[in-house]
Amino acid sequence: MKINHDLCDICGTCVAVCPTDAIIVSEFKVTIDNEKCTKCMNCLKVCPIKAIEDEQC
Amino acid sequence: MLKDRYDVVVIGAGPAGSVAARFAAENGASVLVLERDREPGIPVRCAEGVSHKGIAPFIEIDERWIASTIEVARLHSPDGNEAHMLNNGTGYVLERRVFDAELCSLACKFGADLITKADAIDLIWENNRIVGVKYKYLNEIKTVKCNIVIGADGVESRVGRWAGIDTKVKLEDIDTCVQYTLAGMKIDKGSCDFYFGEKVSPGGYLWIFPKSDTTANVGIGLSGHLAHKKGPKEYLDEFVERNFPKAKIIYTVYGGVPTADTLKEIVRDNIMLVGDAARQVNPITGGGIVQGMIAGSIAGKVAAEAIKKQNYSQKFLKKYRKEWNKRIGKNQSLMFAIKNKFFGMKDEKFNSIVAFCKKLPPEKLTLKELFTEAIKDDPKLVLGIAKAFIKSKFKKI
Repeated sequence: MKINHDLCDICGTCVAVCPTDAIIVSEFKVTIDNEKCTKCMNCLKVCPIKAIEDEQC
Repeated sequence: MLKDRYDVVVIGAGPAGSVAARFAAENGASVLVLERDREPGIPVRCAEGVSHKGIAPFIEIDERWIASTIEVARLHSPDGNEAHMLNNGTGYVLERRVFDAELCSLACKFGADLITKADAIDLIWENNRIVGVKYKYLNEIKTVKCNIVIGADGVESRVGRWAGIDTKVKLEDIDTCVQYTLAGMKIDKGSCDFYFGEKVSPGGYLWIFPKSDTTANVGIGLSGHLAHKKGPKEYLDEFVERNFPKAKIIYTVYGGVPTADTLKEIVRDNIMLVGDAARQVNPITGGGIVQGMIAGSIAGKVAAEAIKKQNYSQKFLKKYRKEWNKRIGKNQSLMFAIKNKFFGMKDEKFNSIVAFCKKLPPEKLTLKELFTEAIKDDPKLVLGIAKAFIKSKFKKI
């Protein structure tokens, strides 16, 4: 999964629905650990600004 | 001067964290608050509505953090009808930036220490016990030792996960939200508005909370499992274009609101979770400020007691859970049981409910009347809610 940092507002909604603790929010940035990610797409579905993309698409 | 060791470390200086810190400090514990951002209260990710009776026990009302005083709630049905509700007494639309800073100052006044720009990155363990917190301050990794950690790190909470607590929320139990603060409107400063319906806000609602006669927080929350194809921003843009085409957006915020039940586990040895981190939000209204403050006050007191007794076990800290269930938790479970049924209603049902409510005098119309009307001609729903109610009464957590 890939975050479009131009869109991301760092709201952290994605973290709450991530089943594997693969997403980290700091003051200025959200990052996804692709090794932990299981591609369940929850983050992509819930992102209010659609800032998360599936790289394979 | 900061110390290397505190009785209690609170992670997050929102309302839940600041109130927890204040009550722990007031009751004799040494407390450190770690805040990730540059100041408490920013960025504001909130519609900023609270009731007077909810916040009054925790802070002296001060006009510096009140944008407007609300007396009436207006409910709008999909067919354009509206019913007025005198909203359980007075409410306020806050200036969260000022309000949060004030709550945090209050904690500091009672002796809590605070570090801003301090981003907690992990717990420190010794012999399978949590003994402190690792955090990043500017570009340095630092540590602080403590006996109890209180995780108040919001919807994006990771503190609970570090402690091994399952904090994951299902897609249908989180609202994905967008809010604009609009300027250049002409509105009634004393009323807030709620819009329902499949076309306006599927699985959630749209709100207008006035901040003055010309500005308001206009926002929307959609249930997470319904927002994939058409997101909250698209729905909100359509609404604003239709209703306030000339208004200007002066602030935009995105965010998520847990609309779940309280987490199964909110305490373990040496750790407690409060506020959004513990999913202590009213699942129907999405309101979390007052619930977070109540949770914080209970957790803070229990933490101070645990310090005095030198007992930081899950068993002792469960006093917080027990008190939470008594004060709010049971009601939250009930609201959670009703939530899906309420927001799953078809437009026609919302239309008939608002039409019914309109006939009642506003001072008589309460949420209870509303829900009773919503379910009365639906025996299946009544039965479901009765079952849920019984379950929530006897639920052992």
